[in-house]
Amino acid sequence: MKTLSGAFILILALGSAALAAAEEPSPTPVTARDVPNDAGGAIDITWLASPLEKEEGFKGYDVGRRAPGEKEFATVAELTPGEAVYQDQEAEDGVEYEYRIRALPADGAPVVLGVANATASGQWFNTDRINALVGVIFTCSIIIFFIVRAKGGAELFVRKIAGLDAVEEAVGRATEMGKPILFVSGLSDASDISTIAAMTILAKVARKTAEYETPLLVPCYDPIVMLVEKEMVRQAYTEVGKPDAFDEDSVFFVTQSQFGYVAAVDGIMLREKPATNFYMGAFYAESLILAETGAQTGAIQIAGTDRVTQLPFFITACDYTLMGEELYAATAYLGRDPLFLGSLKGQDWVKAAIMAVLVVGTVLLIISVNYGIWFANLFETAAG
Amino acid sequence: MRRELPLAICFIMGLIMAVQFFIPHAYSQWLFDNMLKWLIIVLTFAMILGIGNLIKLHIQKVQRRRRDWVYSIVALFGIGASLVTGFGWGIEADSPFMVLYNYVQIPMQATMFSLLAFYIASAAFRTFRARTVEATLLLVAAVIVMLGRVPLESIVGQWLPDLAEWILDYPNMAAKRGIMIGIGLGAISTALKIILGIERSWLGGGD
Repeated sequence: MKTLSGAFILILALGSAALAAAEEPSPTPVTARDVPNDAGGAIDITWLASPLEKEEGFKGYDVGRRAPGEKEFATVAELTPGEAVYQDQEAEDGVEYEYRIRALPADGAPVVLGVANATASGQWFNTDRINALVGVIFTCSIIIFFIVRAKGGAELFVRKIAGLDAVEEAVGRATEMGKPILFVSGLSDASDISTIAAMTILAKVARKTAEYETPLLVPCYDPIVMLVEKEMVRQAYTEVGKPDAFDEDSVFFVTQSQFGYVAAVDGIMLREKPATNFYMGAFYAESLILAETGAQTGAIQIAGTDRVTQLPFFITACDYTLMGEELYAATAYLGRDPLFLGSLKGQDWVKAAIMAVLVVGTVLLIISVNYGIWFANLFETAAG
Repeated sequence: MRRELPLAICFIMGLIMAVQFFIPHAYSQWLFDNMLKWLIIVLTFAMILGIGNLIKLHIQKVQRRRRDWVYSIVALFGIGASLVTGFGWGIEADSPFMVLYNYVQIPMQATMFSLLAFYIASAAFRTFRARTVEATLLLVAAVIVMLGRVPLESIVGQWLPDLAEWILDYPNMAAKRGIMIGIGLGAISTALKIILGIERSWLGGGD
Protein backbone atom coordinates (compact mmCIF):
# COMPACT_ATOMS: atom_id res chain seq x y z
CA MET A 1 0.00 0.00 0.00
CA LYS A 2 2.81 2.29 1.05
CA THR A 3 4.61 1.59 -2.20
CA LEU A 4 1.51 2.43 -4.22
CA SER A 5 0.89 5.71 -2.41
CA GLY A 6 4.57 6.61 -2.77
CA ALA A 7 4.41 5.99 -6.52
CA PHE A 8 1.26 8.07 -6.74
CA ILE A 9 2.88 11.01 -4.92
CA LEU A 10 5.94 10.76 -7.19
CA ILE A 11 3.78 10.77 -10.34
CA LEU A 12 1.86 13.74 -8.96
CA ALA A 13 5.01 15.62 -8.16
CA LEU A 14 6.54 14.95 -11.60
CA GLY A 15 3.28 15.90 -13.29
CA SER A 16 2.97 19.20 -11.43
CA ALA A 17 6.62 19.99 -12.13
CA ALA A 18 6.09 19.33 -15.83
CA LEU A 19 3.00 21.49 -15.78
CA ALA A 20 4.82 24.32 -14.04
CA ALA A 21 7.66 24.08 -16.58
CA ALA A 22 5.19 24.28 -19.45
CA GLU A 23 3.54 27.37 -17.96
CA GLU A 24 6.80 29.30 -17.36
CA PRO A 25 8.45 31.18 -20.28
CA SER A 26 11.62 29.56 -21.57
CA PRO A 27 14.49 30.88 -19.44
CA THR A 28 16.80 33.46 -21.13
CA PRO A 29 19.38 34.23 -18.49
CA VAL A 30 20.85 37.68 -18.15
CA THR A 31 24.05 38.00 -16.15
CA ALA A 32 25.79 41.11 -14.90
CA ARG A 33 29.16 41.16 -13.21
CA ASP A 34 31.91 43.57 -12.29
CA VAL A 35 34.63 43.70 -14.96
CA PRO A 36 37.56 41.78 -13.44
CA ASN A 37 41.05 43.28 -13.11
CA ASP A 38 40.02 46.82 -13.96
CA ALA A 39 40.18 50.25 -12.41
CA GLY A 40 36.48 50.13 -11.52
CA GLY A 41 33.43 51.88 -12.96
CA ALA A 42 32.56 49.10 -15.42
CA ILE A 43 30.08 46.22 -15.46
CA ASP A 44 29.75 43.47 -18.05
CA ILE A 45 26.21 42.39 -18.99
CA THR A 46 25.63 39.27 -21.06
CA TRP A 47 22.47 37.49 -22.17
CA LEU A 48 21.32 34.65 -24.37
CA ALA A 49 19.89 35.53 -27.74
CA SER A 50 16.10 35.96 -27.76
CA PRO A 51 14.03 33.54 -29.89
CA LEU A 52 12.52 36.73 -31.38
CA GLU A 53 15.78 37.21 -33.31
CA LYS A 54 14.53 34.69 -35.84
CA GLU A 55 11.52 36.90 -36.63
CA GLU A 56 11.67 39.29 -39.52
CA GLY A 57 12.20 42.93 -38.62
CA PHE A 58 13.66 42.20 -35.17
CA LYS A 59 15.12 45.52 -33.98
CA GLY A 60 17.63 44.40 -31.35
CA TYR A 61 18.02 44.82 -27.61
CA ASP A 62 17.49 47.57 -25.11
CA VAL A 63 19.78 47.71 -22.07
CA GLY A 64 18.17 49.45 -19.13
CA ARG A 65 19.82 50.42 -15.86
CA ARG A 66 18.34 51.32 -12.51
CA ALA A 67 20.22 52.54 -9.44
CA PRO A 68 18.86 52.00 -5.89
CA GLY A 69 15.99 54.39 -5.21
CA GLU A 70 15.12 54.84 -8.89
CA LYS A 71 11.70 53.60 -10.02
CA GLU A 72 12.22 53.36 -13.75
CA PHE A 73 14.96 51.74 -15.82
CA ALA A 74 16.88 54.27 -17.93
CA THR A 75 18.04 53.04 -21.33
CA VAL A 76 21.85 53.07 -21.44
CA ALA A 77 22.26 51.37 -24.82
CA GLU A 78 20.32 50.03 -27.78
CA LEU A 79 22.09 47.19 -29.52
CA THR A 80 21.66 45.59 -32.91
CA PRO A 81 20.43 41.98 -33.43
CA GLY A 82 23.10 39.38 -32.79
CA GLU A 83 24.77 41.30 -29.98
CA ALA A 84 24.70 39.61 -26.60
CA VAL A 85 27.31 41.53 -24.61
CA TYR A 86 27.38 45.07 -23.29
CA GLN A 87 29.90 46.81 -21.06
CA ASP A 88 28.54 49.68 -19.01
CA GLN A 89 31.48 52.00 -18.44
CA GLU A 90 29.45 54.68 -16.69
CA ALA A 91 28.80 52.74 -13.49
CA GLU A 92 29.69 54.24 -10.15
CA ASP A 93 31.82 52.09 -7.85
CA GLY A 94 29.97 50.63 -4.84
CA VAL A 95 26.46 51.19 -6.23
CA GLU A 96 24.40 48.06 -6.86
CA TYR A 97 22.75 48.52 -10.25
CA GLU A 98 19.92 46.52 -11.74
CA TYR A 99 20.21 45.78 -15.44
CA ARG A 100 17.22 44.84 -17.57
CA ILE A 101 17.54 43.46 -21.08
CA ARG A 102 14.56 43.78 -23.41
CA ALA A 103 14.19 42.31 -26.86
CA LEU A 104 12.67 44.72 -29.38
CA PRO A 105 10.37 42.88 -31.79
CA ALA A 106 9.32 44.35 -35.14
CA ASP A 107 5.86 45.10 -33.79
CA GLY A 108 4.46 45.24 -30.32
CA ALA A 109 5.83 45.91 -26.89
CA PRO A 110 9.41 45.05 -25.88
CA VAL A 111 9.87 41.65 -24.25
CA VAL A 112 11.82 41.53 -21.01
CA LEU A 113 14.52 38.86 -21.19
CA GLY A 114 15.63 39.20 -17.62
CA VAL A 115 17.09 41.37 -14.89
CA ALA A 116 20.47 41.04 -13.16
CA ASN A 117 22.26 42.96 -10.45
CA ALA A 118 25.94 43.93 -10.15
CA THR A 119 28.22 46.37 -8.34
CA ALA A 120 31.32 47.88 -9.95
CA SER A 121 34.62 48.02 -8.10
CA GLY A 122 38.30 48.49 -8.83
CA GLN A 123 40.73 45.69 -8.04
CA TRP A 124 43.97 45.98 -6.10
CA PHE A 125 45.71 43.19 -7.94
CA ASN A 126 45.52 42.14 -11.57
CA THR A 127 45.20 38.37 -11.37
CA ASP A 128 45.87 38.12 -15.13
CA ARG A 129 49.43 39.20 -14.35
CA ILE A 130 50.28 36.68 -11.64
CA ASN A 131 52.60 34.82 -13.99
CA ALA A 132 54.38 38.08 -14.90
CA LEU A 133 54.84 38.84 -11.20
CA VAL A 134 56.24 35.35 -10.57
CA GLY A 135 58.57 35.78 -13.55
CA VAL A 136 59.81 39.19 -12.37
CA ILE A 137 60.36 37.95 -8.79
CA PHE A 138 62.19 34.87 -10.07
CA THR A 139 64.39 36.88 -12.45
CA CYS A 140 65.18 39.58 -9.89
CA SER A 141 65.95 36.98 -7.19
CA ILE A 142 68.44 35.16 -9.42
CA ILE A 143 70.13 38.43 -10.47
CA ILE A 144 70.31 39.68 -6.86
CA PHE A 145 71.67 36.29 -5.74
CA PHE A 146 74.56 36.54 -8.21
CA ILE A 147 75.19 40.20 -7.36
CA VAL A 148 75.50 39.22 -3.68
CA ARG A 149 77.73 36.30 -4.65
CA ALA A 150 79.94 38.57 -6.72
CA LYS A 151 80.11 40.99 -3.80
CA GLY A 152 81.45 38.09 -1.73
CA GLY A 153 84.38 37.77 -4.12
CA ALA A 154 83.28 34.85 -6.32
CA GLU A 155 85.16 34.50 -9.61
CA LEU A 156 82.83 35.06 -12.54
CA PHE A 157 83.63 34.23 -16.14
CA VAL A 158 82.24 36.52 -18.82
CA ARG A 159 82.57 35.64 -22.49
CA LYS A 160 84.39 38.02 -24.81
CA ILE A 161 82.36 40.62 -26.65
CA ALA A 162 84.33 41.84 -29.67
CA GLY A 163 82.41 45.09 -30.00
CA LEU A 164 83.28 46.12 -26.47
CA ASP A 165 86.89 45.00 -26.74
CA ALA A 166 87.14 47.34 -29.71
CA VAL A 167 86.17 50.43 -27.69
CA GLU A 168 89.71 50.97 -26.42
CA GLU A 169 91.15 50.46 -29.91
CA ALA A 170 88.59 52.85 -31.42
CA VAL A 171 89.40 55.60 -28.93
CA GLY A 172 93.12 55.01 -29.46
CA ARG A 173 92.72 55.28 -33.21
CA ALA A 174 90.89 58.60 -32.94
CA THR A 175 93.60 59.90 -30.64
CA GLU A 176 96.36 58.91 -33.06
CA MET A 177 94.55 60.48 -35.98
CA GLY A 178 93.75 63.65 -34.03
CA LYS A 179 90.12 63.34 -34.99
CA PRO A 180 87.00 63.42 -32.83
CA ILE A 181 84.80 60.57 -31.65
CA LEU A 182 81.10 60.79 -32.44
CA PHE A 183 78.66 59.26 -29.96
CA VAL A 184 75.00 58.96 -30.95
CA SER A 185 72.80 57.74 -28.11
CA GLY A 186 69.79 56.81 -30.17
CA LEU A 187 66.55 58.50 -31.06
CA SER A 188 64.52 57.82 -27.98
CA ASP A 189 63.97 59.65 -24.72
CA ALA A 190 65.40 59.16 -21.26
CA SER A 191 62.52 56.89 -20.23
CA ASP A 192 63.69 54.27 -22.71
CA ILE A 193 65.88 51.66 -21.02
CA SER A 194 68.10 51.37 -24.12
CA THR A 195 68.83 55.12 -23.94
CA ILE A 196 69.87 54.67 -20.31
CA ALA A 197 72.12 51.79 -21.37
CA ALA A 198 73.60 54.04 -24.09
CA MET A 199 74.24 56.77 -21.53
CA THR A 200 76.11 54.38 -19.26
CA ILE A 201 78.32 53.38 -22.20
CA LEU A 202 78.93 57.07 -22.96
CA ALA A 203 80.15 57.52 -19.38
CA LYS A 204 82.79 54.81 -19.99
CA VAL A 205 83.76 56.17 -23.41
CA ALA A 206 84.00 59.71 -22.01
CA ARG A 207 86.47 58.55 -19.35
CA LYS A 208 88.70 57.16 -22.07
CA THR A 209 88.41 60.26 -24.27
CA ALA A 210 89.17 62.36 -21.20
CA GLU A 211 92.29 60.30 -20.45
CA TYR A 212 93.59 60.69 -24.00
CA GLU A 213 92.14 64.21 -24.44
CA THR A 214 90.38 63.10 -27.60
CA PRO A 215 87.59 65.42 -28.79
CA LEU A 216 84.14 63.97 -28.23
CA LEU A 217 80.97 64.98 -30.10
CA VAL A 218 77.60 63.99 -28.65
CA PRO A 219 74.66 65.29 -30.73
CA CYS A 220 71.44 64.66 -28.80
CA TYR A 221 67.94 63.94 -30.01
CA ASP A 222 66.26 64.52 -26.66
CA PRO A 223 66.86 67.57 -24.44
CA ILE A 224 66.65 65.59 -21.17
CA VAL A 225 69.15 63.09 -22.52
CA MET A 226 71.37 66.03 -23.46
CA LEU A 227 71.28 67.41 -19.92
CA VAL A 228 72.09 64.05 -18.33
CA GLU A 229 74.82 63.23 -20.84
CA LYS A 230 76.42 66.64 -20.39
CA GLU A 231 76.70 66.00 -16.66
CA MET A 232 77.99 62.47 -17.23
CA VAL A 233 80.70 63.62 -19.61
CA ARG A 234 81.64 66.53 -17.35
CA GLN A 235 81.93 64.11 -14.40
CA ALA A 236 84.06 61.72 -16.45
CA TYR A 237 86.53 64.51 -17.23
CA THR A 238 86.57 65.56 -13.58
CA GLU A 239 87.18 62.01 -12.39
CA VAL A 240 90.27 61.58 -14.55
CA GLY A 241 91.58 64.90 -13.26
CA LYS A 242 91.03 66.93 -16.44
CA PRO A 243 87.96 69.08 -15.78
CA ASP A 244 89.37 71.91 -17.91
CA ALA A 245 89.55 69.63 -20.95
CA PHE A 246 85.76 69.26 -20.95
CA ASP A 247 84.15 71.26 -23.73
CA GLU A 248 80.68 72.49 -22.77
CA ASP A 249 79.64 72.45 -26.42
CA SER A 250 80.67 68.85 -27.03
CA VAL A 251 77.26 67.58 -25.85
CA PHE A 252 74.54 69.47 -27.66
CA PHE A 253 70.88 69.28 -28.63
CA VAL A 254 70.07 68.97 -32.33
CA THR A 255 66.37 68.44 -33.00
CA GLN A 256 63.53 66.04 -32.27
CA SER A 257 62.73 65.67 -35.94
CA GLN A 258 63.87 62.16 -36.94
CA PHE A 259 65.27 62.96 -40.36
CA GLY A 260 66.27 66.47 -39.38
CA TYR A 261 68.49 64.80 -36.78
CA VAL A 262 69.88 62.40 -39.37
CA ALA A 263 70.67 65.30 -41.72
CA ALA A 264 72.51 67.13 -38.95
CA VAL A 265 74.52 64.09 -37.81
CA ASP A 266 75.36 63.09 -41.40
CA GLY A 267 76.57 66.66 -41.92
CA ILE A 268 78.77 66.42 -38.82
CA MET A 269 80.23 63.13 -40.10
CA LEU A 270 81.03 64.57 -43.51
CA ARG A 271 82.48 67.84 -42.20
CA GLU A 272 84.30 66.70 -39.06
CA LYS A 273 85.25 63.22 -40.35
CA PRO A 274 85.25 61.53 -36.90
CA ALA A 275 87.66 58.61 -36.59
CA THR A 276 85.15 56.58 -34.58
CA ASN A 277 81.37 56.54 -34.55
CA PHE A 278 79.34 54.99 -31.73
CA TYR A 279 75.65 54.30 -32.30
CA MET A 280 74.12 53.08 -29.06
CA GLY A 281 70.51 52.95 -27.99
CA ALA A 282 67.19 52.97 -29.83
CA PHE A 283 67.21 53.45 -33.59
CA TYR A 284 64.56 53.32 -36.27
CA ALA A 285 64.56 53.84 -40.04
CA GLU A 286 67.52 56.22 -39.81
CA SER A 287 69.96 53.55 -38.63
CA LEU A 288 71.21 52.60 -42.08
CA ILE A 289 71.46 56.22 -43.29
CA LEU A 290 73.67 57.04 -40.31
CA ALA A 291 75.76 53.89 -40.49
CA GLU A 292 76.29 54.00 -44.27
CA THR A 293 77.35 57.65 -44.17
CA GLY A 294 79.77 56.78 -41.38
CA ALA A 295 81.13 53.86 -43.40
CA GLN A 296 81.71 56.16 -46.38
CA THR A 297 83.82 58.51 -44.23
CA GLY A 298 86.06 55.58 -43.26
CA ALA A 299 85.34 55.73 -39.53
CA ILE A 300 85.50 52.71 -37.23
CA GLN A 301 81.91 52.11 -36.28
CA ILE A 302 80.57 50.39 -33.18
CA ALA A 303 76.82 50.04 -32.88
CA GLY A 304 74.54 48.57 -30.25
CA THR A 305 70.78 48.44 -30.22
CA ASP A 306 67.89 46.47 -28.83
CA ARG A 307 65.72 47.21 -31.86
CA VAL A 308 65.74 43.82 -33.59
CA THR A 309 64.63 45.22 -36.96
CA GLN A 310 67.59 47.60 -37.10
CA LEU A 311 70.25 45.05 -36.18
CA PRO A 312 70.79 43.78 -39.76
CA PHE A 313 71.51 47.33 -40.94
CA PHE A 314 74.10 47.91 -38.24
CA ILE A 315 75.67 44.49 -38.80
CA THR A 316 75.98 45.34 -42.48
CA ALA A 317 77.41 48.83 -42.19
CA CYS A 318 79.35 48.79 -38.90
CA ASP A 319 82.60 47.12 -37.86
CA TYR A 320 81.18 45.84 -34.58
CA THR A 321 77.60 45.46 -33.43
CA LEU A 322 76.32 44.80 -29.93
CA MET A 323 73.22 42.71 -30.39
CA GLY A 324 70.35 43.22 -27.99
CA GLU A 325 71.45 42.16 -24.51
CA GLU A 326 75.11 42.98 -25.26
CA LEU A 327 74.09 46.64 -25.17
CA TYR A 328 73.00 46.16 -21.56
CA ALA A 329 76.09 44.12 -20.75
CA ALA A 330 78.44 46.88 -21.89
CA THR A 331 78.74 48.68 -18.55
CA ALA A 332 79.58 45.45 -16.76
CA TYR A 333 82.07 44.42 -19.43
CA LEU A 334 83.85 47.76 -19.70
CA GLY A 335 83.87 48.46 -15.96
CA ARG A 336 84.64 44.88 -14.79
CA ASP A 337 82.92 45.75 -11.53
CA PRO A 338 82.03 42.48 -9.70
CA LEU A 339 78.52 43.77 -8.93
CA PHE A 340 77.83 44.36 -12.60
CA LEU A 341 79.37 41.05 -13.60
CA GLY A 342 77.15 39.35 -11.02
CA SER A 343 74.06 40.78 -12.70
CA LEU A 344 75.31 39.45 -16.04
CA LYS A 345 75.74 36.00 -14.55
CA GLY A 346 72.23 36.17 -13.14
CA GLN A 347 70.88 37.02 -16.59
CA ASP A 348 72.64 33.98 -18.03
CA TRP A 349 71.05 31.67 -15.46
CA VAL A 350 67.60 33.05 -16.10
CA LYS A 351 68.25 32.51 -19.79
CA ALA A 352 69.14 28.90 -19.03
CA ALA A 353 65.86 28.55 -17.10
CA ILE A 354 63.92 29.97 -20.06
CA MET A 355 65.64 27.49 -22.38
CA ALA A 356 64.64 24.66 -20.03
CA VAL A 357 61.03 25.90 -20.10
CA LEU A 358 61.14 25.97 -23.91
CA VAL A 359 62.39 22.38 -24.02
CA VAL A 360 59.70 21.23 -21.56
CA GLY A 361 57.02 23.03 -23.57
CA THR A 362 58.21 21.48 -26.83
CA VAL A 363 58.30 17.97 -25.33
CA LEU A 364 54.81 18.41 -23.84
CA LEU A 365 53.48 19.63 -27.17
CA ILE A 366 54.95 16.59 -28.89
CA ILE A 367 53.44 14.22 -26.30
CA SER A 368 50.02 15.89 -26.23
CA VAL A 369 48.68 19.04 -27.86
CA ASN A 370 46.41 19.67 -24.87
CA TYR A 371 49.27 19.50 -22.37
CA GLY A 372 51.40 21.71 -24.62
CA ILE A 373 48.69 24.38 -24.91
CA TRP A 374 48.00 24.22 -21.18
CA PHE A 375 51.71 24.74 -20.50
CA ALA A 376 51.94 27.61 -23.01
CA ASN A 377 48.90 29.31 -21.46
CA LEU A 378 50.73 29.45 -18.13
CA PHE A 379 52.97 32.07 -19.69
CA GLU A 380 50.26 34.13 -21.34
CA THR A 381 49.99 37.55 -19.74
CA ALA A 382 47.50 40.40 -20.12
CA ALA A 383 49.04 43.27 -22.08
CA GLY A 384 49.92 46.44 -20.21
CA MET B 1 73.10 64.30 0.04
CA ARG B 2 73.70 65.34 -3.59
CA ARG B 3 73.86 61.67 -4.54
CA GLU B 4 71.73 60.07 -1.83
CA LEU B 5 68.57 62.07 -2.57
CA PRO B 6 68.37 61.23 -6.30
CA LEU B 7 69.17 57.59 -5.47
CA ALA B 8 66.38 57.48 -2.88
CA ILE B 9 63.91 59.10 -5.29
CA CYS B 10 64.93 56.65 -8.00
CA PHE B 11 64.53 53.66 -5.66
CA ILE B 12 61.12 54.73 -4.37
CA MET B 13 59.71 55.76 -7.74
CA GLY B 14 61.18 52.71 -9.49
CA LEU B 15 59.56 50.42 -6.95
CA ILE B 16 56.23 52.28 -7.06
CA MET B 17 56.05 52.17 -10.86
CA ALA B 18 56.96 48.47 -10.92
CA VAL B 19 54.23 47.67 -8.38
CA GLN B 20 51.79 49.94 -10.21
CA PHE B 21 51.92 47.62 -13.22
CA PHE B 22 50.15 44.95 -11.16
CA ILE B 23 47.49 47.22 -9.63
CA PRO B 24 44.59 48.10 -11.90
CA HIS B 25 42.73 50.16 -9.27
CA ALA B 26 41.68 53.75 -10.08
CA TYR B 27 44.16 55.17 -7.54
CA SER B 28 46.96 53.33 -9.29
CA GLN B 29 45.82 54.65 -12.68
CA TRP B 30 45.60 58.15 -11.24
CA LEU B 31 49.20 57.87 -10.06
CA PHE B 32 50.35 56.59 -13.44
CA ASP B 33 48.49 59.32 -15.35
CA ASN B 34 49.95 62.00 -13.11
CA MET B 35 53.45 60.62 -13.54
CA LEU B 36 52.98 60.92 -17.31
CA LYS B 37 51.79 64.52 -16.88
CA TRP B 38 54.85 65.29 -14.78
CA LEU B 39 57.01 63.75 -17.46
CA ILE B 40 55.45 66.05 -20.08
CA ILE B 41 56.00 69.08 -17.83
CA VAL B 42 59.65 68.17 -17.23
CA LEU B 43 60.11 67.50 -20.95
CA THR B 44 58.65 70.89 -21.84
CA PHE B 45 61.12 72.69 -19.59
CA ALA B 46 63.94 70.51 -20.87
CA MET B 47 62.93 71.41 -24.42
CA ILE B 48 63.36 75.09 -23.58
CA LEU B 49 66.86 74.28 -22.30
CA GLY B 50 67.55 72.23 -25.43
CA ILE B 51 66.50 74.99 -27.80
CA GLY B 52 68.45 77.51 -25.72
CA ASN B 53 71.52 75.31 -26.01
CA LEU B 54 71.06 75.05 -29.78
CA ILE B 55 70.69 78.81 -30.23
CA LYS B 56 73.69 79.54 -27.99
CA LEU B 57 75.85 77.07 -29.87
CA HIS B 58 75.06 78.54 -33.27
CA ILE B 59 75.37 82.17 -32.13
CA GLN B 60 78.83 81.36 -30.73
CA LYS B 61 79.76 79.70 -33.99
CA VAL B 62 78.76 82.79 -35.97
CA GLN B 63 80.41 85.19 -33.54
CA ARG B 64 83.71 83.30 -33.57
CA ARG B 65 83.54 82.69 -37.32
CA ARG B 66 84.16 78.97 -36.80
CA ARG B 67 84.36 76.63 -39.79
CA ASP B 68 81.07 76.43 -41.74
CA TRP B 69 79.56 79.24 -39.66
CA VAL B 70 77.32 80.18 -42.59
CA TYR B 71 75.26 77.04 -41.95
CA SER B 72 74.64 78.32 -38.44
CA ILE B 73 72.99 81.42 -39.88
CA VAL B 74 70.64 79.16 -41.84
CA ALA B 75 69.87 77.18 -38.66
CA LEU B 76 69.25 80.36 -36.66
CA PHE B 77 67.07 81.74 -39.45
CA GLY B 78 65.03 78.49 -39.44
CA ILE B 79 64.54 78.61 -35.67
CA GLY B 80 63.61 82.31 -35.81
CA ALA B 81 61.17 81.87 -38.71
CA SER B 82 59.43 78.97 -36.94
CA LEU B 83 59.14 80.91 -33.66
CA VAL B 84 57.88 84.11 -35.31
CA THR B 85 55.35 82.41 -37.59
CA GLY B 86 54.20 79.99 -34.87
CA PHE B 87 53.69 82.59 -32.16
CA GLY B 88 52.58 85.32 -34.57
CA TRP B 89 49.93 83.53 -36.64
CA GLY B 90 49.30 80.29 -34.76
CA ILE B 91 49.39 76.77 -36.16
CA GLU B 92 46.07 76.57 -38.02
CA ALA B 93 45.90 74.72 -41.31
CA ASP B 94 46.77 77.66 -43.63
CA SER B 95 48.96 79.61 -41.22
CA PRO B 96 52.49 80.62 -42.32
CA PHE B 97 53.92 78.15 -39.80
CA MET B 98 52.05 75.24 -41.38
CA VAL B 99 53.04 76.43 -44.85
CA LEU B 100 56.68 76.30 -43.75
CA TYR B 101 56.09 72.91 -42.16
CA ASN B 102 54.22 71.37 -45.10
CA TYR B 103 56.26 72.82 -47.94
CA VAL B 104 59.75 73.02 -46.43
CA GLN B 105 60.19 70.65 -43.52
CA ILE B 106 58.17 67.67 -44.77
CA PRO B 107 59.80 67.62 -48.25
CA MET B 108 63.25 67.85 -46.63
CA GLN B 109 62.42 64.97 -44.28
CA ALA B 110 61.06 62.94 -47.19
CA THR B 111 64.28 63.60 -49.09
CA MET B 112 66.36 62.23 -46.23
CA PHE B 113 64.10 59.21 -45.87
CA SER B 114 64.20 58.45 -49.59
CA LEU B 115 68.01 58.20 -49.38
CA LEU B 116 67.38 54.97 -47.54
CA ALA B 117 66.55 53.19 -50.80
CA PHE B 118 70.05 53.90 -52.17
CA TYR B 119 71.73 53.04 -48.89
CA ILE B 120 69.87 49.72 -48.73
CA ALA B 121 71.13 48.89 -52.22
CA SER B 122 74.75 49.70 -51.36
CA ALA B 123 74.54 47.91 -48.00
CA ALA B 124 72.95 44.83 -49.60
CA PHE B 125 75.69 44.71 -52.23
CA ARG B 126 78.36 44.74 -49.53
CA THR B 127 76.64 42.16 -47.35
CA PHE B 128 75.75 39.66 -50.04
CA ARG B 129 79.26 39.10 -51.29
CA ALA B 130 79.61 35.36 -50.70
CA ARG B 131 83.06 35.24 -49.12
CA THR B 132 82.31 32.85 -46.29
CA VAL B 133 79.86 30.02 -45.65
CA GLU B 134 77.75 32.31 -43.42
CA ALA B 135 77.68 35.08 -46.03
CA THR B 136 76.69 32.53 -48.70
CA LEU B 137 73.84 31.26 -46.50
CA LEU B 138 72.74 34.84 -45.98
CA LEU B 139 72.86 35.51 -49.70
CA VAL B 140 70.83 32.39 -50.55
CA ALA B 141 68.22 33.13 -47.86
CA ALA B 142 67.98 36.78 -48.95
CA VAL B 143 67.53 35.87 -52.62
CA ILE B 144 64.78 33.35 -51.75
CA VAL B 145 62.95 35.84 -49.49
CA MET B 146 63.26 38.66 -52.03
CA LEU B 147 62.04 36.53 -54.94
CA GLY B 148 59.34 35.00 -52.74
CA ARG B 149 57.89 38.46 -52.23
CA VAL B 150 57.59 39.01 -55.99
CA PRO B 151 54.42 37.56 -57.61
CA LEU B 152 56.18 34.87 -59.64
CA GLU B 153 53.97 31.91 -58.67
CA SER B 154 52.60 31.55 -62.20
CA ILE B 155 56.14 31.08 -63.56
CA VAL B 156 58.03 29.19 -60.83
CA GLY B 157 55.14 27.81 -58.76
CA GLN B 158 53.93 28.27 -55.18
CA TRP B 159 57.00 26.62 -53.62
CA LEU B 160 59.05 29.82 -53.78
CA PRO B 161 56.68 32.06 -51.75
CA ASP B 162 56.10 29.13 -49.37
CA LEU B 163 59.84 28.66 -48.86
CA ALA B 164 60.30 32.41 -48.30
CA GLU B 165 57.50 32.36 -45.74
CA TRP B 166 59.04 29.32 -44.02
CA ILE B 167 62.41 31.10 -43.74
CA LEU B 168 60.72 34.14 -42.18
CA ASP B 169 58.46 32.17 -39.86
CA TYR B 170 60.93 29.62 -38.51
CA PRO B 171 64.70 30.25 -38.64
CA ASN B 172 64.26 34.02 -38.76
CA MET B 173 61.60 34.12 -36.05
CA ALA B 174 63.60 31.75 -33.82
CA ALA B 175 66.65 34.03 -34.02
CA LYS B 176 64.55 37.14 -33.40
CA ARG B 177 62.89 35.61 -30.36
CA GLY B 178 66.24 34.50 -28.97
CA ILE B 179 67.52 38.07 -29.23
CA MET B 180 64.31 39.47 -27.75
CA ILE B 181 64.49 37.19 -24.71
CA GLY B 182 68.03 38.44 -24.10
CA ILE B 183 66.86 42.04 -24.50
CA GLY B 184 64.05 41.52 -21.98
CA LEU B 185 66.44 40.08 -19.42
CA GLY B 186 69.00 42.81 -20.07
CA ALA B 187 66.35 45.47 -19.60
CA ILE B 188 65.16 43.91 -16.29
CA SER B 189 68.73 43.62 -15.07
CA THR B 190 69.56 47.23 -15.99
CA ALA B 191 66.35 48.51 -14.37
CA LEU B 192 67.11 46.51 -11.23
CA LYS B 193 70.67 47.88 -11.08
CA ILE B 194 69.36 51.44 -11.40
CA ILE B 195 66.59 50.97 -8.83
CA LEU B 196 68.99 49.37 -6.34
CA GLY B 197 71.55 52.12 -6.91
CA ILE B 198 74.23 49.77 -8.28
CA GLU B 199 74.23 51.58 -11.63
CA ARG B 200 74.83 55.24 -10.85
CA SER B 201 76.39 56.66 -13.98
CA TRP B 202 73.13 58.48 -14.81
CA LEU B 203 73.82 60.66 -11.76
CA GLY B 204 76.74 62.20 -13.58
CA GLY B 205 79.44 59.86 -12.33
CA GLY B 206 81.49 57.16 -13.94
CA ASP B 207 80.09 54.25 -11.95
